Amino acid sequence: MPSTIETYFDKLERTRVWKSIFRSGKGSSTLHNALAIQQNVFLHLFPTKVRKRMLGLGATWYLGTLTLGTFLVLVVTGILLMLYYHPSVPQAYSDVKDLQFIVSSGLFLRNLHRWAAHAMVFLAFAHMFRVFYRGAYRAPREFNWVVGVVLLLVTLLLSYTGYLLPWDQLAYWAITVGTNISSAVPLVGEKIRFLLLGGHLVNANALLRFYVLHTVILPISAVLFLAIHFWRIRKDGGLYVRESEPGAAAAQPTSEEQKPL
Amino acid sequence: MPKMTTTTQTHLSQEGAELDRREFFTRLGLGSLGVAAAGTLAFYYQFLSPNVLFEPSPIVNAGKAINFPRGSVTLDVDSAIYLVHIAEGFFSLSAICTHLGCMTAWKPELNMIACPCHGSRFNREGQKLAGPAPKPLPWLKTWLSDDGDLMVDRSVTIPELQFLRV
Repeated sequence: MPSTIETYFDKLERTRVWKSIFRSGKGSSTLHNALAIQQNVFLHLFPTKVRKRMLGLGATWYLGTLTLGTFLVLVVTGILLMLYYHPSVPQAYSDVKDLQFIVSSGLFLRNLHRWAAHAMVFLAFAHMFRVFYRGAYRAPREFNWVVGVVLLLVTLLLSYTGYLLPWDQLAYWAITVGTNISSAVPLVGEKIRFLLLGGHLVNANALLRFYVLHTVILPISAVLFLAIHFWRIRKDGGLYVRESEPGAAAAQPTSEEQKPL
Repeated sequence: MPKMTTTTQTHLSQEGAELDRREFFTRLGLGSLGVAAAGTLAFYYQFLSPNVLFEPSPIVNAGKAINFPRGSVTLDVDSAIYLVHIAEGFFSLSAICTHLGCMTAWKPELNMIACPCHGSRFNREGQKLAGPAPKPLPWLKTWLSDDGDLMVDRSVTIPELQFLRV
């Protein structure tokens, strides 16, 4: 006899509202399972089928997934920190101190944001090393490697722009040095620095510009490239399987025989 | 589209230099889009470049010369300049390291200027002694105001060893 919860869900899944949202219908056939993935806006980026072994720790060490996990932690903690932080010269430093000493759980959230940022940079590098040394960057996955490089740059820029926001001495001189490095670009270097800082000095304009980059422009770019990155895993034939492994030939189409899924 | 037109167009374009109507409008359309894109770029570039900056004036009033005894090197942290008084006279140096823009400091015990960021060292005249700095610290235009105050313009560099005698 089914439990009360099961009956409840059974009823729920028969309602018109449920059916209008989840259109794959009830059932556990291969078709139903495939439709459940294909007809979900988030899940349809991913392959409908994955080899069971590829879900084990050994296949990928979960490095890409963990990088995404730290990114999600950063989005959540970052939005919460935005509720107390004013990106202005008189307030920025004291707002960060308030977060640490006055706001309930503020210290925890700030530290979580900071450590997750460090972890994300570390995991992105680890993920790339893993992909590189396994040879998973080769055809037909070259383009996804390039998307990954873009994501690494976005990650580093997010890290760098976030560095200025506490508005302390460390932040001030790090951004002074960093923007001076950008002014070493031939011909347009000084202009790039001027546009980045919104002036000639690390000042109120620079703080605001770095805040907008850190909280709007770069996260949106990251989400966009992440979507392409995940979608390309499916398009490029799923997670990489070594050619020497049993059944690899069937699982991994070469670039010529690859068909769009 | 009637077949007649296509035939005529093909005929025209075969004749040489003259464009057929479709090609002409395609180019006109793409050209206008290009102009609009260039205008948009210029629009954003101008928007992102501030026209008014609330930054401190490059001209600094350092006060009376008597405040700077002979043999002294004085760093003004707010304006990032050194005022130096030696036997030949007064001069001022930018305190901004020519490597990556950190503020240097005068080390009296070492008799040199040192940068905390990457270890560049300069002598009292701003010449590089060690470290990654590519250039010496620039000499800044220094003069005496009508009221007898030492004035420094941080935006104007002058050749080295031009001393101000007071």
